Amino acid sequence: MTIHHPSTPEIAAYLRPPAGTHPPLDSPAYKSTGLRAPSQAPVVLRHRLTEITGPLLTGEIGPNDHDLTRQHAAPPIGERIIVSGRVLDSDGRGIPQTLVEVWQANACGRYAHSVDTYDAPLDPNFSGGGRVVTDSAGTYSFTTIKPGPYPWGNHHNAWRPSHIHFSVFGRSFTQRLVTQMYFPGDPLFPYDPIYNSVPDEKARQRMISSFDMENSVSDWALAYRFDIVLRGREQTPFEEPHE
Amino acid sequence: MSELALTPSQTVGPYLSLGLTWPTGYLVVPEDAPGAITITGVVRDGTGAVVPDGMVETWQADAEGRFDHADDPRGASGSGFHGFGRSSTDAEGRYRIVTVKPGALGDGQAPHIDVSVFARGLLDRVVSRIYFPDEVEANAADPLLSSLPPERAATLVAEQVGPAELRWDVRLRGEGETVFLAV
Ligand SMILES: [Fe+2]
Repeated sequence: MTIHHPSTPEIAAYLRPPAGTHPPLDSPAYKSTGLRAPSQAPVVLRHRLTEITGPLLTGEIGPNDHDLTRQHAAPPIGERIIVSGRVLDSDGRGIPQTLVEVWQANACGRYAHSVDTYDAPLDPNFSGGGRVVTDSAGTYSFTTIKPGPYPWGNHHNAWRPSHIHFSVFGRSFTQRLVTQMYFPGDPLFPYDPIYNSVPDEKARQRMISSFDMENSVSDWALAYRFDIVLRGREQTPFEEPHE
Repeated sequence: MSELALTPSQTVGPYLSLGLTWPTGYLVVPEDAPGAITITGVVRDGTGAVVPDGMVETWQADAEGRFDHADDPRGASGSGFHGFGRSSTDAEGRYRIVTVKPGALGDGQAPHIDVSVFARGLLDRVVSRIYFPDEVEANAADPLLSSLPPERAATLVAEQVGPAELRWDVRLRGEGETVFLAV
């Protein structure tokens, strides 16, 4: 017998990501997954109210959070770039007023973080963290310097391709995403187990920004474009049965 | 309708604090708010070692079981309750969130908090839920908890450790592995 709870709302679930889009948690080529990836398969949770809602954060944005080259007394060393794009759902709708957080290494590939021991110079004028909120069309933009590649201890002579870490929320708990933006043509792609942890090659390439001459600023900065696509929703609400 | 293909997930890496640390992120409500509770716990890896470079995020309804969110088909509460907590883990692997106990949503689920855990070595977040030990009847009827073997369901129920303090540990892998959810 199926009855309906008197106040059960009708809920259109979010679409499940296609296989191959996200990396398997257990990805042996990335060694740290061995002790941290769960051994049991996740339990599939039907989307209910807590999953279709989520934090609508505009954050506490400081005046220079959108410009990582203006957070100190002098500009940082490095190739100044403008990174912009849209946060969208898979229906192509921009997600307005949503928080985008970024962090990255300096131009030499060194993070301003106590755990980073890479023997490359720190830049006193670069902290490497920024945040912006999308506009009404879901567009974001920030200014930074191009981060350098850096070595890591995963295997002999392991180097990460240059990348900027991105964190986005979208509109729902279900849409939460943390990713990395890469730069076109990086010769390190074939060697990086984190980039290659994404099984589908086309999906992998969607993490690579495109060179954006149109948004470059004469005598000031080159530009890169990076759109972030989050899951969209099913077309029809699902009426939840209670047995 | 053309459907855009999704952007893949990648790990937060070891330096997440450069971009994701908010000094007051752990405060879903102020420490002195009426009904404030603390939820704390330790994140451990497959050997039982603590995870000192992770981050725990929480998302929940308010004490009345409402969300201030237009996508809630019951309507946005308008209360301004932001429902979101974020705590990095410290050198002992410990996170800490100050919040209120969420109310029941009225849909047959027991009161719960949705959780995301991020860390170096996790290529995607892992998702779980915190349930409350004083909700014995509601927990027994909860669609998720009741679908799990009891020893697995127990990993989702916090432990009362003080008048206004609960403990909920995360075991990423191995003995007592926390139930993680595909959302
Ligand atoms: Fe990195």
